[in-house]
Amino acid sequence: MPQVQFEKIVKSYGRVTVLKNLDLEIGDGEFVVLLGPSGCGKTTLLNLLAGLIDVSSGRIQIGGRDVTNLDPKDRGLAMVFQSYALYPTKTVRGNLKFGLAAAKLDKAEQDRRIAWAAKLLQIEPLLDRKPAQLSGGQRQRVAIGRALVKQVGVFLFDEPLSNLDAKLRTETRLEIKRLHDETQSTIVYVTHDQIEAMTMATRIAIMNAGVIQQFDTPDEVYERPANLFVAGFIGAPAMNLFPATISTAGGSVSGTLVDTRAKVDLSQYRFVNAPRDGDAVVLGFRPEHFLPPNAPNGQAAAHFDLPVQYTEKTGADATGYFKTDSGLMAVSVAPERIGELKQGQTASLSFPHGKLHAFDAASGRRL
Amino acid sequence: MTTVAESSLQHVRSVDEPVAFPAQKKRIKPASIAILVFLTICALFFCVPLYVIVVTSLKSMDQIRQGDIFALPWSLNFDAWVTAWDKSCSGTLCQGVKVGFFNSLAILFPSLILSIGLSCVTGYALALWNVRWANTFLFILFMCAFVPFQIIMVPLIYITGFLHVYGTIWGIAVVHAVLAMPILALIFRNYYKGIPQEIMSAALMDSGSFWRIFSEIILPMSGNIMIVVLILQITSIWNDFLIGLTYGGIGTQPMTVILANVVITALGEANYNVDMASALLTAFPPLVIYFVLGRFFVQGITAGAIKG
Repeated sequence: MPQVQFEKIVKSYGRVTVLKNLDLEIGDGEFVVLLGPSGCGKTTLLNLLAGLIDVSSGRIQIGGRDVTNLDPKDRGLAMVFQSYALYPTKTVRGNLKFGLAAAKLDKAEQDRRIAWAAKLLQIEPLLDRKPAQLSGGQRQRVAIGRALVKQVGVFLFDEPLSNLDAKLRTETRLEIKRLHDETQSTIVYVTHDQIEAMTMATRIAIMNAGVIQQFDTPDEVYERPANLFVAGFIGAPAMNLFPATISTAGGSVSGTLVDTRAKVDLSQYRFVNAPRDGDAVVLGFRPEHFLPPNAPNGQAAAHFDLPVQYTEKTGADATGYFKTDSGLMAVSVAPERIGELKQGQTASLSFPHGKLHAFDAASGRRL
Repeated sequence: MTTVAESSLQHVRSVDEPVAFPAQKKRIKPASIAILVFLTICALFFCVPLYVIVVTSLKSMDQIRQGDIFALPWSLNFDAWVTAWDKSCSGTLCQGVKVGFFNSLAILFPSLILSIGLSCVTGYALALWNVRWANTFLFILFMCAFVPFQIIMVPLIYITGFLHVYGTIWGIAVVHAVLAMPILALIFRNYYKGIPQEIMSAALMDSGSFWRIFSEIILPMSGNIMIVVLILQITSIWNDFLIGLTYGGIGTQPMTVILANVVITALGEANYNVDMASALLTAFPPLVIYFVLGRFFVQGITAGAIKG
C-alpha cells in the first residue's frame, strides 16, 4: 500500500493553475525527491501534502487515511524548512519540545525522544543554546531534530540544504541519507539540485510546469529520460540535443542532423516505437559518453569533425565546447588531455552505440 | 561662483593673519546657520514656557505678584509643590492632585491591558492566520483610525451606560481600548507580517493551536513592538483629558481632570505657583517613561526582520 498518495490534484491561484491533475504514489520507506526548476510546482506539492495550503480539487492520502481536509498537525507529518524556521526565543531543547508538548506526550517520553534525536544528530552540547548562537549547519541539524522527535511516518524536506555552503551541503547530504537508512522512514524531499536528487533518492519525480515529467529511479532517469525536458534537465553539463531527420533507406535506420548534416547510425538503437522515413526527431548525446577526441574508432554510431570553440576545467572534470553550424556540442574530456584542444583546431569526435537518446520532435517523448 | 567667493575670502584672511600656514578653520555654511537658527527657535519655543513654569512653581506668591515672570526665585522653596500634591482644591475636595495621580494609575493599568491585549491578538490573527474577510476588516480598521473621538463620544456614553461601566475605571479602560484598537492593531499586524512565514508554518505543523502558538512563539518575539506600543499608550492614556472628563465619575477622574479643576476653579486669588507645580507633577510620569524606555523605543521602531 502506498504511504502517500496524490489523486488528481489540481491547485490554482485565480486563473493561474500551478498543478494540473497530478497523480503520485509514494511507497513506505521510500526517499522520493521532487526535482524541477523554480516555479515548477514542487514546493506547492509539498505544502499541499503538509496541509499548509489547500487543494483546489483532488485527494491526498497518507497511510491509507484521507487527509485532504485535515489540519497540518493532524496529518502525521514532520517538516524541515529551507530557512530552518527555528523558534528564535526558544532554546534548542525548547524547539524540539514544542511539538511534543503540543501533542500532549508525557514528560518522560518527551525527554527520551529529545535525548535520542540529540544523540543521533550530535547536538547534545547545543541543547540549552538559542538558535542565534548556532552556526548554519548546527541550525540545520536542530531543524532536522525537531522533525525527527515527532517520530511520524512521513518526513518532508523543503530545500533544506540550499542555505549551506558547499562543504556542509555534502556532509549534511550524507547525514540525511544515513538518517533515512537508520530510521527507514518515508521521506519527501524538494530540491532543484540534481546532485542531491541523484545521490539521495530512491525515486525522483521530475516536475515541470505543474506536471510530473518522469517518476523513476535515479539510474533510470539518467539512462532512459522519458522526454526532452528530463533529458535536458538531468546531467551536467546538459545533454546535447540536436534535431535530425530519420531515414530508413536500405533497411537500416539512420538519422541526419539538421545542423551539421552528420549521419547518425541508429541501427542498434532500441526504439520503443519504430520511426518512419522522414520523421523529425531530436537526438541526444551526453557529453560524458563521447569517446576521447581523436580516438580511432570504427564502431561508433556517429562521427563529428568540429572546431574547438572554448574549453572549461573544473578540477576533476573538463569540458570542451565544439562549434556546430547553429550551436555548441559539449564533450567531456579527460582533464589531463584538455590542453591538447586548441581553439579553432578541428577535432574528430565519436559517439558510441548504446548511449544514444532519441525523442519525437513534436511530442518530445522518448522513442 | 563659490570658488571665486572662497578664494577671495582666503585672500582677506591671509591679509588679516600674515602667517605662512593658513589656518584650516571649518567654515559654517549659510545653509547650516539657517538650520541652527531654526532649531534654536524650535527649542526656545518649548524651553521658554517650561522655564517659566519651573521658575514660577518655586516662587512665593509675593514674588509672583510683582509680575516679572522670567526672574529667578528669591529663595528656593517647595511649599507650592507640597500644597499642589497634598492640599490643592479640586472643587470642594482639598486633597491635592495626588488623588488624580492614584486615579490615573488605576485607570492606566486596566486600559493598557485591555487595549494592548485586544489589539495584539487582533494583529496576530490578521497577520498570521487565514481570516476570512481579513482585508476588508483591515480596511475598516484603517478607516476607524481616522474617526475623530468627538463623533462617537455621545454614543459611547450610552453604550458604557448600557454596559453598566459608565463612571467607573473599567468604563474609561474600555473606551481607551476601543479608541486605541484600530491604530494599535495595524501596528501589531504590520510587525507580525514581518515574522517569516516558515516559522508560522513550523508552528502550525507542531501545534496548530491559536493560543498556544501566540503565547509560546509569537508573544516572546514581540518584545520590541511591545515597548513601542507601551510608550505610545502610557503617554496617551496618562495625558488624556477628554475621555477622563466624559466617562469618569466622582472619584475616578484622572490627574489631568483634577489638574484642570485645580487651575480653573480656585476661589479668590489664583495660586500660580501651585498651579504650575500641579502641572509639572501631572506631566512628570510620561517624561520618566520616555527617559527610561526611550532607548528601547528607538530600537523597537527601527527593528527590521526577525532572523530565525
